[in-house]
This record gives sequence, C-alpha cells and structure tokens, in this order.
Amino acid sequence: MKNTSYSIETRSIIKTYQSDFGVIQAVDDVSLQVSPGEFVALVGPSGSGKTTMLSILAALLKPTSGSILLDGQDISAMSETERVALRREKIGFTFQANNLLPYLTAVENVELMLRLNNKLDKAGSLRAQELLARLGLGQRLNNLTGQLSGGQQQRVAIARALIHNPSLVLADEPTASLDTERAYQVVETFAGLIHEQNRAGIMVTHDLRMCEFVDRVLQMRDGKLVATYNDRKSIMKLVNSRAGD
Amino acid sequence: MKRVLGISAYLAVKEIWRNRARFLLVSLVIALITLLVLFIAALGEGLGNGNREYISKLDAQLIAYQAKSDFLISASRLDRDRLASIRRVAGVQDVGMLGTANANIILPGGGEPLKAALLGIEPGHVGEPPIVQGRPLSTKLADEVIIDRSTALRSGLQVGDPLRIRVTQGTRDEFYELRVVGISDGQQYALQPSIFVPFFTWEQVRPKSEAEVNSGNDPVGNVILIKVKDPAQAESVSQRISAQVNNIEIATVAAAIQALPGYSAQQSTLNTQGGFTLFIGLLVIGGFFQIQILQKVAQIGVLKAIGTTNTIVAATFVIQISLVTLIGVAIGGLLSFLFSLTFPPTVPIVFNGTTSAIAIAALLLIGPLGGLVSIRYAVRIEPLKALGLSI
Repeated sequence: MKNTSYSIETRSIIKTYQSDFGVIQAVDDVSLQVSPGEFVALVGPSGSGKTTMLSILAALLKPTSGSILLDGQDISAMSETERVALRREKIGFTFQANNLLPYLTAVENVELMLRLNNKLDKAGSLRAQELLARLGLGQRLNNLTGQLSGGQQQRVAIARALIHNPSLVLADEPTASLDTERAYQVVETFAGLIHEQNRAGIMVTHDLRMCEFVDRVLQMRDGKLVATYNDRKSIMKLVNSRAGD
Repeated sequence: MKRVLGISAYLAVKEIWRNRARFLLVSLVIALITLLVLFIAALGEGLGNGNREYISKLDAQLIAYQAKSDFLISASRLDRDRLASIRRVAGVQDVGMLGTANANIILPGGGEPLKAALLGIEPGHVGEPPIVQGRPLSTKLADEVIIDRSTALRSGLQVGDPLRIRVTQGTRDEFYELRVVGISDGQQYALQPSIFVPFFTWEQVRPKSEAEVNSGNDPVGNVILIKVKDPAQAESVSQRISAQVNNIEIATVAAAIQALPGYSAQQSTLNTQGGFTLFIGLLVIGGFFQIQILQKVAQIGVLKAIGTTNTIVAATFVIQISLVTLIGVAIGGLLSFLFSLTFPPTVPIVFNGTTSAIAIAALLLIGPLGGLVSIRYAVRIEPLKALGLSI
C-alpha cells in the first residue's frame, strides 16, 4: 500500500552479503519514513549498516528483500536503467569527498544536474548562480573546484544536490573532511535549504554534533534500527553526549 | 541521441580544454607517430615508385619474357624475330622491344657522374614515354635521347643539350655523345633516373662483355612490351601469344611489377614497419587513456551516482579520444608536409594522395581502437565501489 505523504519510505529492508566468513547481514529489517521538509540523520558506529542503508536509499544498491518507495514508486522493483533515471531526476547527492568534477567550474558543476535532466536554460542557469550566491559562493561561480576550499566544495555539492528539485537529498558524511566550524556552517545551510525547499533529507554521519540541525535522528547498530530521537530535547541530549552509539 | 551527444561533447571538450597541456602532450605523441607513419608510407611509395615507375606507366598490358627467365627483365633475352611474331598475333595492337642497361651521365658542370638506367625503346611504339617538353625520338636520327624528369632535375640538362654517357664495353670505358630532344615525366627504373634511346642506338652504346663486343650477333633486347587492342581481352591475347610464339612467357604489367627484383620484399618490409608503428601508436594511446581513467575512477563514480548513463560516459571518452587523435594527426600531417618540402629530389619520398589518405584513416582509427579497453573499463566502473560506499 502506498503512502504518498512520505517522500521516502522503506519497509522491512534486509541486505545480506556473502563473504569469506559466511553470510553478513548488513541491514536487518529496517523500516523508516521521511516526509517532505524533514531532515533526518542516520547515525551509528562503523559497520552499523548506515552506509549500506544510504546506498539502498540512493538506488545504488538493491536490497535482498523489502521495498523502498520514493514518491510512491517502488525502487526495489526497478531495472538498472530506471534506477539511473530515478537518481538523475529525483535524488540529490553529496558525498564525503571527490564530489565535483575538477574540470568544471562551481556553477558548471551545479548546472550539470540540469544539463543531465535536459532542463538547462537561462532561468536554470540563473537559479544555479543564485543558489551558489545564497551559499556564499557568489564570487566563486567561475572558479574551478581545485581553487575552492573543502567547505566551499561541499557547498557547491549541496547546490548541485538541490538544483534540480529532487524529492530526496542524501548526504554521506558531508562534514568528514571539514574542520568543526565549517562543518557546522555546511550542515546548518544544508538543513536550512532542505526545510525551505521542502525536500526530504537524509544525512549519514558519525559526528553526533551535526545532529543539532536535524529534525530526527535514527540510530543503527549491527544493521538494525535501534533508536529514534524525535524531539529536540532528546536530540540535543544525544548531541551533547557525543557518544556516537 | 542528440542530448547524449550534447552532454558527452560538453564534458569531453571541457575536460580537454581545462587540461589542455596534458592532452596536447598526447596529441604531440600522436603527431610524432603520424609523422613516422606518413614518412614510412611516403618512403615505401617513393622506393616502390622508383622501382616500378616506368613499368607502371607503360601504355601496355602485357610483357613477354624469355621462357624460364622467372619474369626477371635483366635475365630475359629476346630477339627481333619474336617481336615480329608477337606483332602478328590477333588482338595485338602494338609491340615494342625494351632493352635495359646502366650508364653514367657525364654532367656538363663536372662532378660525380649521374648513374642512370639506359633504356632502349622503339621510337613511335609502345615503351616510348610521353613527352612533357621537346619532342619524341625520331626514327631517323640515332643520337637522340629522351631524359625523364628526375634525370633533368638531377643533371640540369635541358632540351637541345648534348648528353655524354660513359659505359664499359669489354675492358674499356667508352664515351658516347647524344642529344636531348625531349623530357618525359618521371620514368624511374630500378631506382634510377632514366634515359631513353632508340633500340638500335641502345644496342651500340650499352655496356657489353668482351665476347659481346667481338661477336656479330643480331641485336637482342630484354623484353617485349605488348599493347592489346582491347585491354579487357588481355588474358586471351596472352594465351594466344603463348600458343603461337615459342620460348616465351607472358606477364601482365601488374605481375611484372611484383616480379621486379626486391620490389615485393621492399614493400612488405615497409608495410610491416608502418603496421608496427600503428600498433605502437595503438598501445601508446590505449595506455594513456587507461591511466587517465584509472585516475578518474571516483569522478566517473560520481557521474554515474548522480544519474549519468553509461552511454554518456562511453560517448564522452570516444569524443575525447577522437578529438585528441584528430588534433595529433592534423599536427603530424602538417609537420610531414612541411618536412617534405625540405627534401631534395634524390630522396625517394613520395607523398601519394591515396597512400597518405589510407595512413591517415588508419591513424584516426587507432585512437578509438586504442581507447576501447579504457572505455570498457569506464563503463564497468561501479559507483558504489568508486565512491567507497561498498562494504
């Protein structure tokens, strides 16, 4: 049954791998829902399954069982070609590193998403410039990515993730290569844009301090979803604990 | 398709332009390979041309050799009786005796004598080269000579000039005075510039052994050149001649060229060199793009993760490789042309349009071919692994 009030919804996702040491259950019966305008953090220690879960949500990896509904469409039943099209049209990404194409300028990197979706026109180009300006990169539009700092590169990646109005925005450890001050700036900006543009956002992070800006925290351990922090008080308690798991 | 090509061309050109020094370096390597391939092709053409030029330009379809001469012109001896016999065979339009020998041209200004092919032909018959300056040989005057363009270029001789040749007859050096009446187009024979004299003059002035000097035998040429009335019937005329004339063997002009001493071996050697150079080019280009793709695994992973299709990824590389190859071949072609202007006529290098076009087409193909492995690699890159997301 579809529930179209959620941007993304997973039902009993299981992902198992065959390794030299036997079968590994990377994700074990995870169900979650994220609504438009909601920014969710997926936290947990290394090996908890959060990166695998992100890959499944990003339509980069098929689950062993379970279903994933993005805007009501079941991703798990899609062919590879359909999933490529889905990633291009409905999902925005930022990665830990190597986010941008080094031979394109900041604005060209952002425009690339519009170009891939055949939506690059003057208005789109202007929107890309405005978005970068809002992210504090108005003076850096025509800089190659190599001429930008790590934080600036992440902000370009955020602009690229949002420019084509995706339903879901995914961020994998977006602050991993940044110092604390820049990390706060990047996540705060990211959260602001997700709320403002009414997108569903999911951020995988091991840095609990970054959860200060999210609406909900989902904690994973050994492939399972073990805790959910819904209210600001409990989230801040988690942030201040910095326990990580 | 248009959208795919548009995005691919955009990504390919942007990357080349923003890394132009690196890509130019590859283009320069391709330019050097182009230079080498074109020069080997031109050398092959020049050497082949120097060997076959006179034979290949003959207005004849068949050549008659002495039987069992293995189609070697210098080993064949035919007398004038056979010339008359062949002339009478149905379907034969014209025949001409050809005698080949070597002579040294004593240059008017002194210096090293010019070695030339001394060819005896029948004035007014098949075998006489077309004249571009002056007039053909007359049938009445024995001291006339036609020189080919390469002789004219190397000796500086003009129409009307006296031409002195030195030949060895018996144990003595003999000198003969001839007069240039015409200049033909290029008609090199056995890698030498050529001079053409009437057959009976040739019989008198050609190098001879002591026995030949003292004997009074009838004049003997090497081969008989045969022009048939209908070139399409050359095969049947050839069979008739073989049936009616004793002690001869017939070859087409094409077969006669292949039988020229060293011709086939020379051409196959140069073709092999050219082929190997292309193969090395293939490996160089393939190696470069493979290294480049290995350095860009993460970028390709990002592109695929954000929804770029494999078709766009592959087309981007094909366009990129093709452009780099095209620029390299263009630079190499231009360099070859400029270098060719500096070579003296003695260097056997001929930039033939067809040969050069084939070489250029082959060079343009080796880029995409060399890049096939890397394109396949790029298409198979898994975004999960490339981005370090796999467990």
